[in-house]
Amino acid sequence: MSARDNYRVFRATRASRVAAVLGLAVLVLLFAAPWWAGRAELRLLGEIFLYLSLAMLWNLLAGYAGFVSVGQQAYVGLGGYLLFALTIFLGLHPVAAIAAAGLAGALVAMPVALLIFRLRGAYFAIGTWVIAEVFRLGFAQLGALGGGSGISLPVDAARSLAEGRDAREAVSYWLTLGVATAVITIACLFLRSRRGLALTAIRDNELAAGSLGIDIWRTKFLVYVIVGGLTTLVGALIFLQKLRISPEAAFSVNDWTAFVIFIVVIGGIGSLEGPFVGTIVYFLLREMLADLGAAYLIVLGAVAIAVMLVAPKGLWGLVRDSTGLRLFPLGYRTEPKEKKGA
Amino acid sequence: MPEPILRTNRLDARYGDFQALYCVDMELGEGEVVAIIGANGAGKTTLMRSVSGLMKNAAEQIVYRGRPIGALRADQVAELGIGLVPEGRQLFPSLSVEENLIIGGRVGRSGPWSLAAIYALFPVLEERRHLPSTSLSGGQQQMVAIGRALMANPDLVMFDEISLGLAPVVIKQIYDALPGIVGEGMSAVVVEQDVTKALSVSSRVYCLQEGRVSLEGCSDTVTREEISRAYFGQ
Amino acid sequence: MDWVNAILQGTLLGGLYALFAAGLSLIFGVMRLVNIAHGDLIVLAAYLALTVIMALGIHPLMSLLAVVPVMAVVGYVLQRSILNRTLGDDILPPLLVSFGLSVIIQNALLETYTADPQRLSAGPIEVASLNLGGLAVGYLPFLMFVTAVAIIGGLQIVFYRTGLGRAFRAVSDNQDIAQLMGINRRHVFALAMALSLAVTAVAGIFLGIRTSFDPATGPARLIFGFEAVIIGGMGSLWGTLAGGVILGVSQAIGAQVNPGWQILAGHVAFLVILAVRPRGLFPRMDG
Repeated sequence: MSARDNYRVFRATRASRVAAVLGLAVLVLLFAAPWWAGRAELRLLGEIFLYLSLAMLWNLLAGYAGFVSVGQQAYVGLGGYLLFALTIFLGLHPVAAIAAAGLAGALVAMPVALLIFRLRGAYFAIGTWVIAEVFRLGFAQLGALGGGSGISLPVDAARSLAEGRDAREAVSYWLTLGVATAVITIACLFLRSRRGLALTAIRDNELAAGSLGIDIWRTKFLVYVIVGGLTTLVGALIFLQKLRISPEAAFSVNDWTAFVIFIVVIGGIGSLEGPFVGTIVYFLLREMLADLGAAYLIVLGAVAIAVMLVAPKGLWGLVRDSTGLRLFPLGYRTEPKEKKGA
Repeated sequence: MPEPILRTNRLDARYGDFQALYCVDMELGEGEVVAIIGANGAGKTTLMRSVSGLMKNAAEQIVYRGRPIGALRADQVAELGIGLVPEGRQLFPSLSVEENLIIGGRVGRSGPWSLAAIYALFPVLEERRHLPSTSLSGGQQQMVAIGRALMANPDLVMFDEISLGLAPVVIKQIYDALPGIVGEGMSAVVVEQDVTKALSVSSRVYCLQEGRVSLEGCSDTVTREEISRAYFGQ
Repeated sequence: MDWVNAILQGTLLGGLYALFAAGLSLIFGVMRLVNIAHGDLIVLAAYLALTVIMALGIHPLMSLLAVVPVMAVVGYVLQRSILNRTLGDDILPPLLVSFGLSVIIQNALLETYTADPQRLSAGPIEVASLNLGGLAVGYLPFLMFVTAVAIIGGLQIVFYRTGLGRAFRAVSDNQDIAQLMGINRRHVFALAMALSLAVTAVAGIFLGIRTSFDPATGPARLIFGFEAVIIGGMGSLWGTLAGGVILGVSQAIGAQVNPGWQILAGHVAFLVILAVRPRGLFPRMDG
């Protein structure tokens, strides 16, 4: 009699099925937001989706592939500038420009990966930051894109999105919702795939995974490139919302990396639920402490440090460890087929 | 019977979910040499790590001179006069031979051991004192490791697998030096895979098997059968 | 002649970068910690000096007497209270905690001193220079370079000639066995951080004399220091000095070609060396 006969192997749990149904309902509700929410709420929601996407992507990189990058602003800024360049110089429709930016970002990520994969651990982290600085200084040299002082998106390009301001806001909002949904779906599917499971195996034990014949380098390279491409795409969308770009704003380490890292750490690194929890906490804190100015960031930094020291797996880690709850059906689980009395 | 210098009380030790020691009771008298034998993975090194403070335990599980030390850090245990010659030498590669010895004397306890005394015991080390510790042969490295532990002038010194991986002639050399070392009134624990060697230097012996004490006896009266039963289990 | 001058000025500037890097190199060597807040601590030291100078009306170089010990104490307390708790096999906790510290320090400085750029005025020495056959060597850059060499030489002596240095190397080699020698690694780590921030204090004051600074200038200093460490090779203090000089010279040459390319040229030089010699020029240990 083999173990397979005695145990049932499964992925979905009751919690994950309930979460899927609830998630779908929330998605429908959010899709309808342009009809029930005001302009300010719509913008806030859009921002939340964009940060959720960045957090998901950084979590994939750091929490699963083990690449602690502090230079993801390189791709956010690149995306922003590509959106502006493609719409201004090639006359591309903004949506086409965003898609093209994502592809271009993935292409750029390849040589970057070859270079910075030579650095390990914390030095890898700062190496990514240098790359972002090179991008920032490089774009500051491009006079056609406004040089150091920046440039606005031409009115025509913004108008081509939809007729009328309300419609534009709605389309822009749907784009953020769509991208966030796509990023979450891709992250989920990737982690369920053979390569994704390999990644989790590598994270948990690189030596063992190596001996199982998993090609570590290629898997990590793939993750870096996918995350680079998607981050570029999100970056393009961010600056479609902002309608103005400058090197300082595009490649801000605080806006596009520090806060994203805090979100993931507070929520729970290495889980798909973590970025959701972290994003909610982040925006709650931000709205509550909006009057504090710079002190708000001190509080945010202190909260992140406290979580890292007290609960390194984040708030979601606390929930999961005490309840065993999992909302995303990623790993396989087993249970005995016949329930025996306890 | 006088209070032993070292006593473990129902000592448990675990690495995460894996329990390496179960209820180990052991005693070491003042000036006594005790051997600990057992197969690979029986828990010998874990016992050394627990006593030396590299693994945390409940305070009362390890008592040294009547004082519970199970919860102390390794550096605090070292200050109290417990030394360890770790398995596999583990010299500091960035330190020269002499620096390895000097750092051993860092706790600053007084006693017979000094650089000069170590060099008198192992003259070859004096010739190589300024070389990097990694340039020495295995046996010479073991001499440095022993000297490093002695430099602290410990009251109790534990030798973890001192003959492992060394040539027989070197093992003999080191075992010949042992009586001179423990003869200074030091108490010692000798962890050893080579049972004959272990019995020859010790007055009593403990055998560990899968984390439990499977035999305790006098080194000169314990029989081969008892040992092989305790070693491999039945 | 312009080019020779650029290389000379770049070399001297490299001394300052080596000072940025020395503290980073030191703590990485002892405990494999990469402190993301390092640049912000340099700027913090500059602000502390500013406060001391304004309160006592003394020369910036005199303020070293107050700022160096204060920063050393800050380093010791920071390490004992927070950073020690992050050390282990996982690189994420120290990275994230020091990232958090970076954000906290930047914004605390912003709240205390506002975003206005500040400078430490060193008086006539700022412009005084020595004429060497047509090349003007500023006293101040020269002083900075000599100080950098002296500090790195001093650290080298501490590391290889003192008991503290033996303890540093021992914990760096093997923390467990070092503890068996009666070394309390938490205390030794804290001493290493204290020494690192003492050097950082000197770097911060020179930074403040050389250029204006504001609460957001820290990260760039971290990056310069980091580049000098990697170019020189990890764990090698003299290599770090060489790395600082190479970075300074690259920046000076870049600036000579086009003033806008100064910083970019330094980054490019770093990336080229990373591509060609990923372990740096004089490596002593693995990353």
